[in-house]
Amino acid sequence: MELATGSTTAAEGSATVPSTGSGTCQTVGNIHARDPVITVRGCNVHYGETHALKDVSLDIGRNEVVALIGPSGCGKSTFIRCLNRMNDTIEGTRITGEFRLDGQDIYARDMDVVMLRARVGMVFQKPNPFPKSIYENVAYGPRIHGLAGSRRELDDIVYGSLERAGLLDEVRQRLDEPGTGLSGGQQQRLCIARAIAVSPEVILMDEPCSALDPIATARIEDLIDEISRNYAIAIVTHSMQQAARVSQRVAYFHLGTLVEVGATDRIFTNPSHRLTEDYVTGRFG
Amino acid sequence: MSASTGGGGASPHAPPQIRRRVEAGLARRYGRERRFRACGLLSVVFGVLFLGFLVFTIVRNGYSAFRQAELRLDLQLDSVTLGLGDRPDAGALAGADYQAVVKAAMGRMFPEVTERRERRDLGALVSASSAFLLRDRVLAEPDLVGRSVSLWLPADDAVDLLLKGHVGRSRDSGGKLTTAQLAWLDRLVAEGRAALRFNTAFFSNGDSREPELAGIWGATKGSFFMLLVTLALSFPLGVAAAIYLEEFAPRNRWIDFLEVNINNLAAVPSIVFGLLGLAVFIDFLGLPRSSSLVGGLVLALMTLPVVIIASRAAIKAVPPSVREAALGIGASPMQTVFHHVLPLALPGMLTGAVIGMARALGESAPLLMIGMVAFIVDIPATPLDPATALPVQIYLWADSPERAFMERTSAAILVLLGFLLVMNITAVWLRSRFERRW
Ligand SMILES: Nc1ncnc2c1ncn2[C@@H]1O[C@H](COP(=O)(O)OP(=O)(O)OP(=O)(O)O)[C@@H](O)[C@H]1O
Ligand SMILES: [Mg+2]
Repeated sequence: MELATGSTTAAEGSATVPSTGSGTCQTVGNIHARDPVITVRGCNVHYGETHALKDVSLDIGRNEVVALIGPSGCGKSTFIRCLNRMNDTIEGTRITGEFRLDGQDIYARDMDVVMLRARVGMVFQKPNPFPKSIYENVAYGPRIHGLAGSRRELDDIVYGSLERAGLLDEVRQRLDEPGTGLSGGQQQRLCIARAIAVSPEVILMDEPCSALDPIATARIEDLIDEISRNYAIAIVTHSMQQAARVSQRVAYFHLGTLVEVGATDRIFTNPSHRLTEDYVTGRFG
Repeated sequence: MSASTGGGGASPHAPPQIRRRVEAGLARRYGRERRFRACGLLSVVFGVLFLGFLVFTIVRNGYSAFRQAELRLDLQLDSVTLGLGDRPDAGALAGADYQAVVKAAMGRMFPEVTERRERRDLGALVSASSAFLLRDRVLAEPDLVGRSVSLWLPADDAVDLLLKGHVGRSRDSGGKLTTAQLAWLDRLVAEGRAALRFNTAFFSNGDSREPELAGIWGATKGSFFMLLVTLALSFPLGVAAAIYLEEFAPRNRWIDFLEVNINNLAAVPSIVFGLLGLAVFIDFLGLPRSSSLVGGLVLALMTLPVVIIASRAAIKAVPPSVREAALGIGASPMQTVFHHVLPLALPGMLTGAVIGMARALGESAPLLMIGMVAFIVDIPATPLDPATALPVQIYLWADSPERAFMERTSAAILVLLGFLLVMNITAVWLRSRFERRW
């Protein structure tokens, strides 16, 4: 396992990282965003025995792209899945901490998960369009949330979302063909169109380009640039270049802790923490 | 495994002795593969041979039952021969002497036969059931009285066997006809008045003590009603249970316990379900004995675990990414299941249900327990009427000593196999219809 080297690094680094549970921020850099839409404070996640996230605090600002980077297994997916409660579906998960969406407690008893997921959309690592037509893929969300009053309105939403996802021109003639018949890059853009069709406030993307070729990746990055004017975006990526290209802020995770947060150009040019430096300079992972 | 370590070293820079070792191992590997494939092919061939043999014997024994020796008689339905008064009512018509009409028709064809015993032998060429058939015909059309009609009526068993070649003409080769009867029959055949005709009675009648009259329609209808009840009960219940267990049930010890029990239930001998049905549905709930409703209920109990297991497997096979996608844009768990999981799992569920149905169709043991083995002549009109089922009918006929029932047994098996074939083809069709490859 590649993590074997990682654990020794963590032991060395633990001197600089305060022990967990203090409730104070152990992260280097500024976790605050100017105009936060999501705020997370002291988040701990356990999968049974595994302590997957340790006391993580982070803001995600409006109209901002935050890139989450870090070695495999460090808890990036776990973190973003907490934000729309996708971890609820996993048996034996324990989540503590404070999660707020626009000041509203995400884990409150009266928080409607269906509503939450309409406001916090998600794009997965592997493109996963529904085995239905392209039109149905995009129309499904608005339909179950009752966003369109008529067929005309629904059409408008579908065409608009496909347009913004940069897919409309490629699929205009084949809207009733299965979404799974598209190429990988087109499928991923379809998934993005599906996510933005319900007009979420935040879009979570878990390695959206890891299954795509450079050209498709470039298109998705353009798309992220484009839609970040209207949405807050948290994107998990393994590509430092991608993080540098699309994000305004970068958060570096390591073995369940959030090590450093900062403006993208500073993290890549002048990281404060040794672990971050090792990672972004390619000495680790 | 030396082969695998050798395989790892077989890079372009591997020393020659390692490459030789890999090559030696390669030959062994190919040999093993060939042998395995041969084994597989052999078992398939064996399976096909057995199946072919089974079908061949059944067809050979059974195909002749689809035809029946019949005689064309010119019947004169005058009231004198029938023994009727001037204005016969329905009761009188039912009790009239149709036997005499049939005998008279035979007699007119052979006027030279006058002696009492010979006349009786002549009359014996026609099946005793002819009189009943004639009666039914007249009761349906009372206008026929006083007119003459030409009808094909079933010939006696012995004639049937002879014309089908199951027995020879002489006594030692199994023939039961006298020399005189043989001569009459030959004349009838030559005149085209005796022939093997399509056996409609077999497909339209219920059971009977007379093989010429015995048919499978009653049993078929009974089986149909039963399967209807079984399907209506076990499919929705099974699918609902499977969905609950797979998608909603908490993972705990109770659910594990339940799972083990459902799997066990699928392996319980079917006769046990029959005993259960007898105790619960007939003795406790007081549902009518021998009815296809009770049969269907019992078979539904038996099929339920099969449907549950198949449906759960089908649900499990739906990729989790589909569920994630649906939940991710805010579908509720129920919407996720009904909009996305169920459509993808449906072909598997349907296949499971059809296989369960096919098993239920072929089941006889539990039906014996609830009285569906009774001798039932009437065709059931509703699921509440006493009925029998195809496999039970086969079982009953297989028990009868008459040669004519033997061929009917095989013919009934053929019909049953036909139904099974249709059901399985339906399963395949449903699969390809609903299973779109994405
Ligand atoms: N469903 C689960 N059950 C148990 N442990 C889990 C589960 N999901 C994740 N984990 C564990 O939690 C830790 C964090 O996992 P996570 O998926 O968040 O990592 P990641 O940073 O997304 O890694 P990658 O870059 O490889 O996707 C890992 O140690 C992992 O083994
Ligand atoms: Mg991940």
